[in-house]
Amino acid sequence: MSEDVLLSVKNLSKTFSKPLGLGDKFANLMGAGRKPETVRAVDDLSFDLRPGEALGLVGESGCGKSTVARLIMGLLSQTSGQIEYRNTPTSQMSAHDLLKIQMVFQDPYSSLNPRMRIGDQIREAINVHNIVPKAERDAYMASIFEQCGIDDSLTKRYPHQFSGGQRQRFGIARALAMQPDLVICDEPVAALDVSIQAQIINLFMDLRKQKNLAYLFISHDLSVVRHLCDRVAVMYLGRIVEQGPVDQVLDNPRHPYTQALKASSPKISTGKRNFEPIRGEIPSPLDPPSGCHFHPRCPKANEQCLREMPKPQRLSETMSISCHLAT
Amino acid sequence: MSETGPMSEMILCVNDLQVEFPVRDGIITAVRGVDLMVAPGEIIGLVGESGSGKSVFAKALMRILPEPGRICGGSVTFRGENIATMSGENLRALRGDRIAMIFQDPMATLNPVMRIDAQMIEAIRAHHRVSKSKARARCLEALQKVGIPSPEERLRAYPHQLSGGMRQRVAIATALLNKPDLILADEATTALDVTIQAQILYEARKLCEETNTALVWVSHDLAVVSGIADRIAVMYAGRIVEDGPTADVISNPKHPYTRGLIQSVPEECDHGKALHQIPGLMPTPANLPKGCAFAPRCEHADNICLLQDPLVSFDGRQSYRCHNPLNAAQVQEMSS
Repeated sequence: MSEDVLLSVKNLSKTFSKPLGLGDKFANLMGAGRKPETVRAVDDLSFDLRPGEALGLVGESGCGKSTVARLIMGLLSQTSGQIEYRNTPTSQMSAHDLLKIQMVFQDPYSSLNPRMRIGDQIREAINVHNIVPKAERDAYMASIFEQCGIDDSLTKRYPHQFSGGQRQRFGIARALAMQPDLVICDEPVAALDVSIQAQIINLFMDLRKQKNLAYLFISHDLSVVRHLCDRVAVMYLGRIVEQGPVDQVLDNPRHPYTQALKASSPKISTGKRNFEPIRGEIPSPLDPPSGCHFHPRCPKANEQCLREMPKPQRLSETMSISCHLAT
Repeated sequence: MSETGPMSEMILCVNDLQVEFPVRDGIITAVRGVDLMVAPGEIIGLVGESGSGKSVFAKALMRILPEPGRICGGSVTFRGENIATMSGENLRALRGDRIAMIFQDPMATLNPVMRIDAQMIEAIRAHHRVSKSKARARCLEALQKVGIPSPEERLRAYPHQLSGGMRQRVAIATALLNKPDLILADEATTALDVTIQAQILYEARKLCEETNTALVWVSHDLAVVSGIADRIAVMYAGRIVEDGPTADVISNPKHPYTRGLIQSVPEECDHGKALHQIPGLMPTPANLPKGCAFAPRCEHADNICLLQDPLVSFDGRQSYRCHNPLNAAQVQEMSS
């Protein structure tokens, strides 16, 4: 593997299964042979992330994008495949080294302790992990707050005294205090109002410039990803269907699903938009369609799509797509 | 607000509506004098951020305000009658028949222990003397119209057996059952995925055009609203600050807040550039600033803005509440 890869995910899969109920267990004793229901939440996923790069992961709810974040953070363990950080599998890394990967969650209210002053929560992490020597801690905290646009006088307050946008700033400050190289952002602006969303997006961009952070930015909003990321991977039912540079993938999408996603995304317009939306809904991951997962909704699907799962094919150095009909 | 036609032609005419919530520490005014006119068949997009009072306003139109909210001033004239002072009996006859509402969470709208057919038939028979079998046929037709596959099967299902998108379609079909004159949709697609949202917006617009039903679409998302509405009204701190035809409001906003909202949305052309941001936060209804509520966040604010509340001005196309409306040059600056 080349030296300049920060995070490498190879053939990552995660299946969840529901344990058999008592009735099914009895039935099995009688020889019914019932199998537990399984969901392939993440199915053979591969991507690389270089230092300082921002990769967007987009898809609709239930496509497995948050599961990917949890797998990388080690909050879940994978069924198969590898996650390597600087050429070391994350499962073999020490707790201290894993601090280099931090996460920012969608709902900052549920990820902050409601009974602890906001400044203390951030200080606790710095103390526990001994990020900077004791004498420098106050100055270090102040610098982190300043970078995140938080007024120093606010740190004595509790989370409920802040608005959503400010809480998200604390969520970001806490992640940054650990001096990470990679920040995994799981829908960090989805719950915010547009004017506040712009403030937080600007903060993400500034911090990245200052600290050369790499982001794995998970979002359902194409315009946010288009704005913030260098590359994008589009997921559908646990698989990546298309990945490449944002301007190529989102301006000229090749995969029918990416095309549909782009056409469906609301855009400010001066008149009524006229288009036929794609039909159907995301199928249940308990019982995914055969072949290409997207074929029941795809306007171009043919016999081959029904039978065979498309393999990712490289269109260029940076672009890859999983579709039988891509040319 | 905008005089697009004589009053009598309007299906809904809201005049200086005020809604307040008496609480322990005093009175909170959530809607502070809103004027809105809706013509038959017109689609109005009402945009505002959280806390702007848009949901309270929509609920006040139906008189379904949560306790202890109450209408404390103004009128809501619907087909010549004032909803604000209407008796409970007349209101019941109106709701679900002439005015229907679609909420954000369809699971909260639908009764979880009733089959879809039972609750849809009930919605018809509450207002009209129709036989059950005829009502059922109408339900079936309504489900087909909103694009539900195998409607016969869905009619026999319970709400939990349907997906979120399907449930919202059922809610829309139910709203359409009695061919209302006005539908209020409060964040009806916010909880849905974009591809499903696009389908619902498409169906809703098509149905309103076919049946000449007026639609007030309340949303926080300017992009969603601009794609569906004939007219856009922008709400800020309990007031409509700008109201006009979609094309005018989007390409030639008069109010700095509207411009701020438009600029806050990331566009394709400016990848990686800093987004325009509106500094600060919306004031809460409990501590509104003196003068224009937007002044503390506004880059064009001057002394008058800080002291005097702006009245409504009308320039022939759109109406706005601003002392220093944006001119063409300032709007130009926004697109560059």
